[in-house]
Amino acid sequence: MAWLTEQEAKAKRKTDIGPPHYSKMLPPVIAKNYGKWKYHEVMTPGSMVHVADSGDKVYTVRVASPRLLSTESIRAMLDIADKYCDGYIRWTTRNNVEFMTTKEENVAQIKKAAQDAGFPAGGIGSGISNMVHTQGWVHCHSACTDASGLVKAIMDEVFPYFNEKTLPAKTRLALACCVNMCGAVHCSDIAVVAIHRKVPVIDHDLVKNMCEIPTTISACPTRAISPDPAKKSIKINADKCMYCGNCFTVCPPINIHNPEQDGVAIVVGGKIGSLRKGPSFSKLAIPYIKNNPPRWPEVVEAVKNILDTYAKGAKKHERLGEWIDRIGWEAFFRETGIPFTYQHIDDFTFARDTFRTSAAFKW
Amino acid sequence: MKKYETPLLDELEKGPWPSFVKEIKKAAKKSEMANDELGQLEKSYRDRRGYWKHGGIVGVLGYGGGVIGRYSSLPTEFPGVAHFHTVRINQPSGMFYKTDDLRTILDLWDEYGSGLTNMHGSTGDMVLLGCRTEALEPLFAEVTSRGWDLGGSGSALRTPACCVGKARCEWANIDTMDLCNHLTQMYQDYLHRPAWPYKFKFKIAGCAVDCVASIARADCSVIGTWKGKIAVDQAAVKNYAKGGMDVQAEIVDMCPTGCMSYSGGELKIDDANCSRCMHCISKMTKALKATGEKGASILIGSKAPIVVGSLLSWVIVPFIKMEPPYTEFTELVDKIWEWWDDNAKPRERIGEVIEVKGMRSFLEAIGVEPQAQQVYEPRKDPFFFWKEEDLNGNK
Repeated sequence: MAWLTEQEAKAKRKTDIGPPHYSKMLPPVIAKNYGKWKYHEVMTPGSMVHVADSGDKVYTVRVASPRLLSTESIRAMLDIADKYCDGYIRWTTRNNVEFMTTKEENVAQIKKAAQDAGFPAGGIGSGISNMVHTQGWVHCHSACTDASGLVKAIMDEVFPYFNEKTLPAKTRLALACCVNMCGAVHCSDIAVVAIHRKVPVIDHDLVKNMCEIPTTISACPTRAISPDPAKKSIKINADKCMYCGNCFTVCPPINIHNPEQDGVAIVVGGKIGSLRKGPSFSKLAIPYIKNNPPRWPEVVEAVKNILDTYAKGAKKHERLGEWIDRIGWEAFFRETGIPFTYQHIDDFTFARDTFRTSAAFKW
Repeated sequence: MKKYETPLLDELEKGPWPSFVKEIKKAAKKSEMANDELGQLEKSYRDRRGYWKHGGIVGVLGYGGGVIGRYSSLPTEFPGVAHFHTVRINQPSGMFYKTDDLRTILDLWDEYGSGLTNMHGSTGDMVLLGCRTEALEPLFAEVTSRGWDLGGSGSALRTPACCVGKARCEWANIDTMDLCNHLTQMYQDYLHRPAWPYKFKFKIAGCAVDCVASIARADCSVIGTWKGKIAVDQAAVKNYAKGGMDVQAEIVDMCPTGCMSYSGGELKIDDANCSRCMHCISKMTKALKATGEKGASILIGSKAPIVVGSLLSWVIVPFIKMEPPYTEFTELVDKIWEWWDDNAKPRERIGEVIEVKGMRSFLEAIGVEPQAQQVYEPRKDPFFFWKEEDLNGNK
């Protein structure tokens, strides 16, 4: 294939057409039974069956993916879909891959073929599904940890909960490589979020040339930034800065990165669904763990500890946040052995609602 | 091609979970760009910091979004990633693919870019990772001439996303994929040409299980629901019990409204007190089914924490019919956008503007009446506004 010339490209290009219509992408059994599904059953953590009013069945094999995929690996997946799934494939909202077939005998073969290609089956039901994550050092200017590497290390450790063992309820893990959280990980059972801990360093000469001063000042949520007229730049009140990095986003010469001090926090107990207890944010469990690539053993251990304590203490169907609600946060810190620090006590937007106003609590 | 030693990244090829390092190495066999991505990433692992420059405006003619500029801060050392832009390709609703159609994209991507992808990005788009500026126009022409288009980025409508819905889920109360496609097509101009104070996201879930996390990350969360009863198949309930389910503990005792009872092997539901949370239905899908009028709740405002804290979406319209051509909904959307556009400062999401301007201002502007379903509880303080029309006894 040769590249299109400028003229060819101009002649060929279309705009505002949107994506292909989904109806062209549906396996025949899906198209036929669209809106007429009766029930489904989880067969194993890697497979399930949906049964339609018509009696038709579709078996789904779900497999792991690192989300970052080469065209070569996607082609390998498509070949499996051609062989067993009539040439159709699907991705889930958590970046797993799904192979659908009407033949039950294909399930084992799809699992084997996917495993041989490097993509093991799992992620369905009361266990751990794929870990939603961001770009990290692979592709983002704002990242203060890597995303893919941490996810790989954590998923290797909790892998049995992906492909064979179950937990009291589904447990959603996620990772954001800075507080922008482009993966919106803030309502997860356990989320890792990368943070800064030091006031940014300002390159005044560049600020003068690259940044709009009023925009930079108004970007600060704690009003820590004020003008520095002598330098035609800005200054930062260190007592007020809480290292969100929003100033860096609007003004790149305000450098917030600090490889010695950047690291990750762990937040827990959030959920999305309205089942039982409503949707809720994840809350701070561990304020800081140093970046320790390539496999971040301290973070992996911390996630494992929280997960194991939850698995031991929770009732069936109880999500991590529901378990903490039942036992209380003071008991959560006791049971997990995680130290409670000044950083755990909110002093920002939502602080007032978090202070205890009852004489009833646990030791 | 330069051969990089990657002792740190090699550690991430071990273990049962699929390795992103293997993926980069696969692409690096064919692409200098992917090879230099590997080299730069190893350096990041060594130095514990990223080496990407801050943004940069690039794109295709006539669009203001869909491509996100990315440049290495070490272009001399890693020339293959000097330009390494992201191209968002709008996914088909529901993320089903015919393999041959997807191969078309892969072939083009091997020709014009690094061969690395994200399947998918957080917005739902297919993400092509690593494109040079001069490849953007020909790639765009190739992609669009084959019936695909770019997704949204910047201060624009972001690519709408949805759960699998009626395609393969018995719980879907609305046709999520159809609505997602409808909005995507109807608002192409808003999607490709950023014209707003900030981003705006639609996410559409068929029920309150919310597999697309709409309630946490969409300015407009559409969540399917119903108004009728939950039909109970008592024979199927008995089968669950026979199969080992403790119906009392797992279903009745976990119901948040206490609207269920179980005695003599029979499950009863007081539907008037059911909040339709989906717990019982999701655990006993063969026995319980939502019936009656189907539609959606519209919730507004969720976002990630930058910068004054995360928001979950708030119930604005408790129930709306959601059937083609979706006019009632899109007319509401137009009013929502108009109010937001008129009132927001730059980089202010709609949830933040509602906090600043007040919920009443928003509800009045979009013509939605106050309803008890919109709040957990009424206000506690005695400080409330009265408008002239309230004093005149109209309200």
